[in-house]
Amino acid sequence: MKDFIRIRGISKTFGDFIAVNKVDLDIGKGELFSILGGSGCGKTTLLRMLAGFEVPTAGSIEIDGIDVTHMAPYDRPVNMMFQSYAIFPHMNVAKNIGYGLRKEGVAKAEIARRVDAMLELVQLVDFKTRKPDQLSGGQRQRVALARALIKRPKVLLLDEPLAALDKKLREHTQFELMNIQDELGITFVVVTHDQEEAMTLSSRIVVMDKGEFQQVGTPKEIYEFPANRFVADFIGTINTFEGIVTAADDETTSVYSDEAGETLIARGKQLFEVGQQVEIAVRPEKIFIDKERSTREGDICLEGVVDDLDILAIARCIGFALPQEK
Amino acid sequence: MAIVASAKLSRANGLVQKIAINRNKETWRRIAVAAPYLWLFVFFLAPFAIIFKISLADPIIAQPPFTPSFDEAGRLTTTFSNYSFLLTDKLYAITYLRSVLMALATTLLCLLLGFPMAYGIARSNSSTRAVLLMLIVLPFWISFLLRVYAWMGLLNNNGVINNLLLWIGVIEQPIPMMYTDFATSIGLMYSYLPFMILPLYASLERMDMDLIEAAQDLGASRTKAFWDITWPLARPGVIAGCLLVFIPAMGEYVIPYLLGGPESLFIGRVLFDEFFINRDWPLASAVAIILLVLLVFPIVLLQRYQARNQEAGS
Repeated sequence: MKDFIRIRGISKTFGDFIAVNKVDLDIGKGELFSILGGSGCGKTTLLRMLAGFEVPTAGSIEIDGIDVTHMAPYDRPVNMMFQSYAIFPHMNVAKNIGYGLRKEGVAKAEIARRVDAMLELVQLVDFKTRKPDQLSGGQRQRVALARALIKRPKVLLLDEPLAALDKKLREHTQFELMNIQDELGITFVVVTHDQEEAMTLSSRIVVMDKGEFQQVGTPKEIYEFPANRFVADFIGTINTFEGIVTAADDETTSVYSDEAGETLIARGKQLFEVGQQVEIAVRPEKIFIDKERSTREGDICLEGVVDDLDILAIARCIGFALPQEK
Repeated sequence: MAIVASAKLSRANGLVQKIAINRNKETWRRIAVAAPYLWLFVFFLAPFAIIFKISLADPIIAQPPFTPSFDEAGRLTTTFSNYSFLLTDKLYAITYLRSVLMALATTLLCLLLGFPMAYGIARSNSSTRAVLLMLIVLPFWISFLLRVYAWMGLLNNNGVINNLLLWIGVIEQPIPMMYTDFATSIGLMYSYLPFMILPLYASLERMDMDLIEAAQDLGASRTKAFWDITWPLARPGVIAGCLLVFIPAMGEYVIPYLLGGPESLFIGRVLFDEFFINRDWPLASAVAIILLVLLVFPIVLLQRYQARNQEAGS
């Protein structure tokens, strides 16, 4: 089902501030969908509208064919994992996880059975009777996840699920999260500001800025063919050159850049007219550095002098001064 | 050699100094620890012992107005007659019961009124919050006695409330409100409300609002989320607030005296009358001791509750 979640013309304004501005979105069943953007871009507001904590100013939300736009949070087939985890401090781990089922009026034996299954899934069996203040950050995160999953929601909303964890634990948890999603087949909608997290985690991403969608696509599409300058800058690092289109056909566009001192050729579907002022962008990993000029067919060579060297964790950042910049 | 020796000497000197400082620190630490105990001993335990001693004596017309603890022969002369009198005379039992009931009612009313107020303050934005808290504390800047007198002006037959109601035409005759239990309740509730609101506010302010949303997200209605999350988390504040209202309300003297009129039976008034009107110090002391015993109960209960909570937490 391609449009398991159908968002149509959703807006949310707080006074004069437009948090989300008329967005449309379809999310498929079983997807791990990420809403990516900087702080204040409206991503959390969008998630809260899905959860039912905010009522949209305009537009509608359907989940599995049911209009939930004005449905109370406790009536929606949706559960949420909060950024703060929001674990009830006065209940132990098992009580926290079973809370949703108790509110549903599920029989006690059934609750106990399902809580045990959840504890197993998130590997917290030994922590069943612990109080939240006796848990580590990672364990709290897993309690929150288990608590949100136990009602088998149609959609699980995750607000910055990994932001509160340290870097090492984050990577581990990220894969755990993907495995659990894969195992249960529940649709996940993740809000994150961390582009790396979104890229590795998601099947599809929407990049948001100022309450509007900048681009929706798979991580690869967004990385390789950013729709605009904002997306190109926001995702990964990128080198941009200003130039003028000199030739264009269905497959390639040639751009002469004064900055680069060369004609650069881009593959892609975007069609520009000859003579148009454009920017051409190159991902750093598409650039090879050599002392000798490449003679390979199709390579574009720029000459420059190394003027800066930064050693990052796994890569090196090399600064080049092109002759034209001198 | 000489230099080495003097260096050693100075090091030894330093050591001595250090020990002296440490000893000094130790002394200060002991004083700091002892101070509250000393305070409690001088201003609570010792007076309590004296009151207890007086409660076991007989009243006489003398200075001081009670029999000494030992007669000329050095024998102990204690009597439990005051206590047996208090326990057999119905009037005292009724007075104690009325005081407990009035204090309980006051506590409950303060809780009902104070909880939404504290909740509202805790949930408002920080600038409004400062103003609201200020408004709660502001009455303390005016003398307690003046504030109670002001209520007399409001509740009188010829007071603001009756005049207003007469003017609107809701009533034809002024409603007698002064010198009733109603007036006493209003006065008690008004005076002790801040003592309920402040601890409640302190516990509600710390609560993460995400918890309520999480409960709602998991299927709890607003009401259920309140009883499942807000109420248990506010409980320490509720208990502290209730004790802060109940205990002083129980022994209150001024409010029932001024608003409740001469007929109102309140243990604080009985205490005052026995001491100063009847000059029966032993009986008054016995009244005070029984009042204290009555008040110790809720405090012990609270401590039990806290101990159990700590145990559950560890």
